Amino acid sequence: MNRNIVLCGVGGQGTVLASKLIAAAAMANGISVMSAETIGMAQRGGNVFSHLRLGDNLYSPMIESGTADLIIGFEPGETVRMLPFLKPDGYVVVNKRAIHPVTATLTGSNYQGQAMLDYLQSRVSHLMIIDGDAACQEIGSAKVLNMVLLGAAVRTGMLGITEEDIKSAMHKTLPEKFHALNDRAIDYTR
Amino acid sequence: MHDEFLMGNAAIAMGAIASGVNLVAGYPGTPSTEVLETIAKHRSKDTYVEWSVNEKAAMELAAGASYAGARTMVTMKQVGLNVASDPLMSLEYVGIKGGMVILVADDPGPVSSQTEQDTRHYAAFSKMPCFDPSSAQEAYEMVQEAYEYSEQYGTPVFLRPTTRVCHGYASITVKDPEEYITHTPDGFVKDSRRWVIFPRLSYANHAKIEARNEALTHVFSEYSKNKIYPEAGEQTGSSSVNESCSRKGIATGGISFTYVMETLKSCDMVRTMKVSTPFPFPEDLAVTFLTGLDEVLCIEELDPVIERELTYICGKYHLPVKIYGKLSHHISASGENTRDSVTRAIRAFLELHNTDPQNVNDPHAAASGDSSADNSSASDSEASAVPELPIRPPVLCAGCPHRASFYAVKQAMKGRKTIYCGDIGCYTLGNAMPLDMVDTCLCMGAGLNIAQGVGRIEPDTVCFAFVGDSTFFASAITGVVNAVYNQADMTLIVLDNSTTAMTGHQPHPGTGQTMMGEIVAKVSIEDVLHGIGVEVVKTINPLHLTEAVDTIKEVADLPGVKAVIFKSPCIAIVPPNPALHIHDTCIKCKRCITELGCPAIFIEDGKVQIDPSLCTGCSLCSQVCPVHAITGGDDHES
Repeated sequence: MNRNIVLCGVGGQGTVLASKLIAAAAMANGISVMSAETIGMAQRGGNVFSHLRLGDNLYSPMIESGTADLIIGFEPGETVRMLPFLKPDGYVVVNKRAIHPVTATLTGSNYQGQAMLDYLQSRVSHLMIIDGDAACQEIGSAKVLNMVLLGAAVRTGMLGITEEDIKSAMHKTLPEKFHALNDRAIDYTR
Repeated sequence: MHDEFLMGNAAIAMGAIASGVNLVAGYPGTPSTEVLETIAKHRSKDTYVEWSVNEKAAMELAAGASYAGARTMVTMKQVGLNVASDPLMSLEYVGIKGGMVILVADDPGPVSSQTEQDTRHYAAFSKMPCFDPSSAQEAYEMVQEAYEYSEQYGTPVFLRPTTRVCHGYASITVKDPEEYITHTPDGFVKDSRRWVIFPRLSYANHAKIEARNEALTHVFSEYSKNKIYPEAGEQTGSSSVNESCSRKGIATGGISFTYVMETLKSCDMVRTMKVSTPFPFPEDLAVTFLTGLDEVLCIEELDPVIERELTYICGKYHLPVKIYGKLSHHISASGENTRDSVTRAIRAFLELHNTDPQNVNDPHAAASGDSSADNSSASDSEASAVPELPIRPPVLCAGCPHRASFYAVKQAMKGRKTIYCGDIGCYTLGNAMPLDMVDTCLCMGAGLNIAQGVGRIEPDTVCFAFVGDSTFFASAITGVVNAVYNQADMTLIVLDNSTTAMTGHQPHPGTGQTMMGEIVAKVSIEDVLHGIGVEVVKTINPLHLTEAVDTIKEVADLPGVKAVIFKSPCIAIVPPNPALHIHDTCIKCKRCITELGCPAIFIEDGKVQIDPSLCTGCSLCSQVCPVHAITGGDDHES
């Protein structure tokens, strides 16, 4: 079973770690993985994305438009930007909170997260909107947004890996003192 | 053997380690940086690794070690090779003893570079063989093969990955440590007829090099990674090859090869040639590939190297094959190829007998990762419904000391005729609004000399050059000597954040640390400047705004070369101060926003607010606020 996944957001939101954990969990199940990340200048507040491919007979780490099974969007506008990659009937998990680019603040441009969410709602049949701020507040850390979204992504069934797979990958990657917190974050949408 | 999930650059590093590499030197540059970092992390205790002061130093260091029989690697990005081109061009005439791999990462897009230059030309220009991997797995194997070829033919060889190979991850099969080669250098043997370049030696070796490269066109035709698909006996794609497609072929290399193979999974399999050694070109294999074809589409990034080679071979062997690609406008002349652009190009090529150049993709969209150009299949009415997306140009981080430095100079020079010559690093982002403090940027270390040049023509302009600490050591010192010797009037601003920030915080001569983990004496920028003869050198913290502005005012009009070192560490290498708060006394003048453009400050519900997760408490905004409504952090207000 081959899967194409896009993770997207703004530099510093934790997309890269999320993508690595999915990869590690898949590999632990004997599934081959390829991925491509944005690295470099774009990280300084720019839009970032990861392409992630699971399965056999893979050549390219990059995904063709209209072929992603799942988009994990850390920011509504960035999710809309990546939407052409989604296949018809694909799944989208999106964080509700919009991040205003510094240019928008300067020019007074009217970037509205809600307009992005409305657009997603009109286009995506399998859409899950996550209130990441509320989740982080409830869990007690601003740093767990990626784990909350990862948990929700696992529950779409589109990753082909289980909650336990992701947790065990996270346990192998992060120091032990963060395990309980991140476990709670992964469980948040349960 | 075991499987690991590795970045392409890490795969290259592990391949070098498995080859018993003895010495690795480089200068950081996206997308090459992780190669040296990974070797440093996983090296055996006998492997020497350094960040050299620049690429030229790295190349010469590795040459010396290779003369002494060591297996060496030099790492850099494509523009770094320009800096190292002097030793490069001569080194081929001298040759090496221990295997030497020159790792140069190209950057189609460009994603984070000044140019879209193609190192395959440098390979042909310097006459050195070049390996061009298409994936992390291939790069891992190729490094090891490259050392074998290098030693067998006594020449340095290029390994030239591109961004998507460097920064792509894959689960790949790698050797266990017990399988690694141990390479023991046999030492430098004096022989002035071999190691000293003189016209007579160059003449004699030139002939040998040309003969060797001609032989390599045959040798590389047999190289397993130069290959024609489908392989003998391999089934073609799901549907049978139709008559017209059987006389069409695709030639490709690098990451584009993987895009082609993905597309061909769902199309008819047409004869495809993968070129893994663009120089010397595998000529015999190309003749086999071309024979019996009417048309060939070349799919490659940067320059049309494969396309020109095939066109040449068709002429040489009188082969009646039409060669298409960038030169015929079937493939975009600039920017990255994408899965979509390659699919479009292949479909147009296979379905239309007379292909016409209408499917060239939009390189800007591809370069920015913006897939909107790939929306061409969507109807116009659908596309128009997409809400306007935010533009997110890269900006200086919240709390970045460079913002304070630029702002101080801007304030001090208000109303004056100035030029601000920038340089390469995070601080190039000082060009963004509202700072708008970079008038020129060319290449590493150029700003100093450009400022002098403008000053010669416009003596009434106050000339500034901004340079970062790592760039200062890499290539700005000679510019200072030039300015002092030739009595220029200018102010040098050194933005010293105690690291090489843009490429991910590498140590440099001013940091007091090496890549081997040693703590060493710091090379003092202040002392270097004094040593050259710069009499006025002021070192201050740019986050102390008033003092910074006063210093610039005091120094700028003095005659001769003056220097101000703005010293404050990169926010990524020190713990942040507590975040600042905006009080209700805020009069909403938005001065903090319109003057500084800090990403941590935003307007929500009509109120100016600070994002505590981004704010580092640098306090620059509190010093700009006219009503002192911003407090907290590391307060510099008296």
